[in-house]
Amino acid sequence: MTNSGASAVTRGGLWISGLAMAGIAGVYWLALLGTPTERWQGLSQKILYIHAPAAWAALLAFGLVGVASAAYLFLRDIRLDTFAEASAEVGLAFSAIMLTTGPLWGRPVWGSWWEWEPRLTLTLLLVLLFVGYRALRNALDFPEDRARYSAVVGVMALVLVPFVHLSVYLFRTIHPQPVLLKPSAPSMPWEMLRTLLTSIGAFTLLYIGFVTARYGIGRRRQQEAG
Amino acid sequence: MTSFLSAAWGVAAKDIRVELASRTAITTAAAFGVLTLVVLNFARDPTVVSLATIAPGALWVTAAFAGIVALNRSFSMELEQGGLDALLLAPVGRGAIYLGKYLANLAFVVVVDLIVLPVFVLFFNVAPTPALVGILGLLVLAAAGYVAVGTVLAAMTVRTRFAELMLPVLLLVFMVPPMLVGVQATTRLLGGRPMGEIVGWFWFLILYDVVFITLGLMLFPATVDE
Repeated sequence: MTNSGASAVTRGGLWISGLAMAGIAGVYWLALLGTPTERWQGLSQKILYIHAPAAWAALLAFGLVGVASAAYLFLRDIRLDTFAEASAEVGLAFSAIMLTTGPLWGRPVWGSWWEWEPRLTLTLLLVLLFVGYRALRNALDFPEDRARYSAVVGVMALVLVPFVHLSVYLFRTIHPQPVLLKPSAPSMPWEMLRTLLTSIGAFTLLYIGFVTARYGIGRRRQQEAG
Repeated sequence: MTSFLSAAWGVAAKDIRVELASRTAITTAAAFGVLTLVVLNFARDPTVVSLATIAPGALWVTAAFAGIVALNRSFSMELEQGGLDALLLAPVGRGAIYLGKYLANLAFVVVVDLIVLPVFVLFFNVAPTPALVGILGLLVLAAAGYVAVGTVLAAMTVRTRFAELMLPVLLLVFMVPPMLVGVQATTRLLGGRPMGEIVGWFWFLILYDVVFITLGLMLFPATVDE
């Protein structure tokens, strides 16, 4: 890929991001005007339409870092490392949304900003782990070392997740139980579900846009470094 | 297989001989552990929080910190004296080097735990019951897991800037599941709960050990091959 090719990738990513942003604006409209207000939580429940999709995008991003890392260790293709770097960074951005909207909702509904509840703990630890992942990348000078070392951490992070999940679940949970991904039918009125699914779609598109743009920037940096 | 094990044993024996020649690292790490126990004793209001309440947490935090100190030394020693290059040149598989370093690190951490545990019993007024054997078992099983992770991480962080900071930033997240489980099981052991309530925690630690030792054997070559 040439230098201008990398720029084209970045531009494409930014276009996708713009489209996704428009979609999220639509989600705001739909959530505030086109969706009924939840009976017990009132308006604070609306934050779900941002919080849950952001959490989904963050976990998708971190999961793909793990997958790209494992693939890098087999194929040793530097593009996989550039993708992992991009996805980790975008994942941290979505985590910031998740970790700010969560307490904003928790305060009125749970009565506390923060609870040491399994899913909070798991995602917080994941965020801290990827902060460490970024720190490790920044502390390494040679692209070859950086790619190998961060791939090792990426794979170990992927394997750690079920252990953290299992261990923190041994505490009692007060997090709302899954309403979407569960064996029985979704326990949510159709209007709410429609808004949530629209938002998940928009956030997924935003992830694709961000990661594509960031990937293009990473490729361009590599080419400029030679 | 026997040559693999004897090579691993050779690497481990080398590290242990180096340590026994000076004993500086072991005594320093043990002193650090005892100091941590002292400091944690003061991290409470004695009129409100009893020693027994914070005892399990204090023990596990101390063990984790002492473990990090021990792991930091593992590869920095090699790098300072050019030992790692010599090891890599030797006609020994990377897996055997990993296993050797792992066993030496584990021995080191277990010795520090063996020094810290009686001091813990003394400082925190723990009754000397057979439950202590169980707690020692938990400490060893937990160490077997996080040392497997730490050996891989230390091999990488030693080559970064701020190596002494980079290892704990990455390793502490991996220490959370074994520590969480260790604290829960220790609380129950000290409270004289029946074994049936505790045995599940042991299995969790064993599973963690098996998974991360296997992963360490697979990933370690990527941390040393140029």
